[in-house]
Amino acid sequence: MARVVLSGTLKQLAGGASEIEVEARDVRQLLRELGSRYPELAPHLESGYAIAIDGEIFQDAWFAPIGPDSEVHLVPAIRGG
Amino acid sequence: MNDVTMKGLSERLFKVVGTRPLRPDGVDKVTGRAKFGADIHVPNMLIGKVLRSPHAHARIKSIDTSKARALPGVKAVITSADLADLPSEFIPAGEMMVNYRDMTRNVMAREKALYEGHAVAAVAAVSEAVAAEALKLIAVEYEVLPHVLDVAQAMEPGAPLLHDNMYTIGVEPKPAKPSNVAKRVEFALGDVAAGFAKADVVVEREFTTKPVHQGYIEPHACLASVSEDGQAELWCTTQGHFIVRSFCAKLLGMELAKLRVTASEIGGGFGGKTVVYLEPLALLLSRKSGHPVKMVMSRTEVFRATGPTSGARVWVKIGATRDGRITAAEALLKYEAGAFQGSPVQPGCMCAFAPYDLDNVKVVGFDVVVNRPKVAAYRAPGGPIAEFAVEQVIDELAKRLHLDPVELRLKNAAKEGTKAAYGPKFGPIGMVQTLEAARAHPHYRAPLKANQGRGVASGFWFNIGGETCAALNLGEDGTVTLVAGTPDIGGSRASLAMMAAEELGIAVDKVRPIIGDTSALGYNFLTGGSRVTFSSGMAVIEAARDVIRQLCERAAKIWEVAPDEVIWEDGHARSGKLALSLAEIAETAGKTGGPIVGNAAINAQGAGPSLATHIVDVEVDPETGKVTILRYTAIQDAGKAVHPSYVEGQMQGGAVQGIGWALNEEYIYDKDGRLENPGFLDYRIPVCSDVPMIDTVIVEVPNPRHPYGVRGVGETPIVPPMAAIANAVENATGIRFTALPMSPPRVLEAIDAARASKI
Repeated sequence: MARVVLSGTLKQLAGGASEIEVEARDVRQLLRELGSRYPELAPHLESGYAIAIDGEIFQDAWFAPIGPDSEVHLVPAIRGG
Repeated sequence: MNDVTMKGLSERLFKVVGTRPLRPDGVDKVTGRAKFGADIHVPNMLIGKVLRSPHAHARIKSIDTSKARALPGVKAVITSADLADLPSEFIPAGEMMVNYRDMTRNVMAREKALYEGHAVAAVAAVSEAVAAEALKLIAVEYEVLPHVLDVAQAMEPGAPLLHDNMYTIGVEPKPAKPSNVAKRVEFALGDVAAGFAKADVVVEREFTTKPVHQGYIEPHACLASVSEDGQAELWCTTQGHFIVRSFCAKLLGMELAKLRVTASEIGGGFGGKTVVYLEPLALLLSRKSGHPVKMVMSRTEVFRATGPTSGARVWVKIGATRDGRITAAEALLKYEAGAFQGSPVQPGCMCAFAPYDLDNVKVVGFDVVVNRPKVAAYRAPGGPIAEFAVEQVIDELAKRLHLDPVELRLKNAAKEGTKAAYGPKFGPIGMVQTLEAARAHPHYRAPLKANQGRGVASGFWFNIGGETCAALNLGEDGTVTLVAGTPDIGGSRASLAMMAAEELGIAVDKVRPIIGDTSALGYNFLTGGSRVTFSSGMAVIEAARDVIRQLCERAAKIWEVAPDEVIWEDGHARSGKLALSLAEIAETAGKTGGPIVGNAAINAQGAGPSLATHIVDVEVDPETGKVTILRYTAIQDAGKAVHPSYVEGQMQGGAVQGIGWALNEEYIYDKDGRLENPGFLDYRIPVCSDVPMIDTVIVEVPNPRHPYGVRGVGETPIVPPMAAIANAVENATGIRFTALPMSPPRVLEAIDAARASKI
């Protein structure tokens, strides 16, 4: 299962959980699972987070694959000027 | 994921990429042919003008437009009553998350005017004079409220409250009362208390920065025409005509396909043209009047009602061992958002310590509303403010440790595999390479005279990808029209044409790049985030490969061989001894299957961060406090510089904007919260005579996720300058300046105070 690291605001919304294991093959499955496990997290996941999978940041990419041993971080989405 | 990534980047020999052809838009721009936002005129066009609040904070009790509507020549008058109210929710608009409740209130004040210059009503009339006269006839009854402009004051209990429905997100327990603090964010890694306990030296300081405007030379301008059947055209100066379409359609209840938006040439944006101000108003006035409506902001309006970036207060604490290894770093960032939430404090927190490989980090940020225009993005939004503070503390730490500041940075530099404080590990990045280039540069060892000082600072920006489309249309003569959907601000038409030519194997002057309107291509996210050469480049390369596939198929048909027996090499289809050039295949395309068009529609991922190190020499006049920039060298990782002149131009432009931010630029308000310097005479951005030639060094650490190794370069160059200059001024005077701008009165006051303390 992928290891998902939550920090800061997301950690608070997930009731203090900083590392959790999630069964997910891609980003969309991950977001669904996180939203279902932590309902308070759900609206924030849809409002501007990117997903870093093994160090590479994916933004708005539902079908980016997540490996069974992947380390996943939720990172605020970056826009820029 | 896209499939255009190529392996063996370092082995690829480029023919076009890396050269310096003339830019395709150059002649039009130097001869005055280029059509900017205000350059379009159409028959029966009206002129639209906006009535703006004279108060920094006031409840709008009533608006009477009857006299204005009765004025001969006035064709339409609008207020917020003409715009639908929208719920407060962050919903996707392309790649952006947007709160349309705030947006509709920002384009036209509803219950309250929240800053001086906030739009309150607008008119469309047969001439500018009639429109101006009509504005005078609109009677607005205000109840003036106390205002707050400074982030620290806005956070105090009892501060004037901008929004009575704003409850801070990200704090526990959830607040029982509303406040001006929209959000608290936190990023942490390791244990900072344990890290500081291991430190031999700890430096801790507080810094302040002022709001500064993006300072684009071209004011906001647009022309809208809505027909009786609801179809609409909009011409405007913008960094993203697709997002303008999304925003306007939502605000005005239009279908996307009925609104065609064309991006004009753009006279600068720097993040400030990623939002809408006039565009929905012009569409609404046109819909109401039945005429095309043109609107152009004055410079005063630009200052009073658009941008700027945040003013901020930043506290930084860094500890290190005697040998220069940083053991812990902590920061608190408080950023002004303007009248509506959404400051760049989050990326500021993420950038703060990103150039460094640290085990123990904690960064907390607050997004705070104040009675100024809502902030807009400004190059590397949030990053320059954070690094102004962090890079000065790093400099002071080096002094306390008797280490060279570049050596201290090298000892702690982030590299491939470093875990960022905000979570993920970095891929290949160029922090070490820019520092080594700085150390090796003759500038770093050049002698200095009395009252002169040298400063160094580094900076980081993430860079982004995103939704992008491109099309390549082959003409029957073998020339290629390249259609991109990202407005060209920094020379991207040139770099995109070069990548198309590189891939197709033809001369770059055979490719004519244009920016298509919103009906010409699928959705394109805006020009911002240093994404265009990366993302549109990726799309162009993919479209070129689509063209090549079709060219090879046509050649195979002509030669009556299997398609897999044909390869594309050096601008020719080849099969054994047979060869056909691109132009030869294009000439007969009508007979071999029809026109050849290459398309790409991607969501580009894998943008690699860009790091920079700047060196600056200053001279401080002890009698006047004036800081003169003597020499400036900007060093940056570009991944692969497609057109080196435009990479250098981005680096130079960022440095110059940073010089203005460091030395001159600030908003001056009177006691009622009214801006007193809304013009370039009193809000002084640098001009050519203020700066030396900015020397540049391009470092190339290829980004493995781009076919040519490209990284974005547009934003990072504005991150280091303020800290580099502050470090240089400290080196020259012995005085650490923790507040911007370091303008002559402030510098002189500090010099005088230092002299007085020695007496």
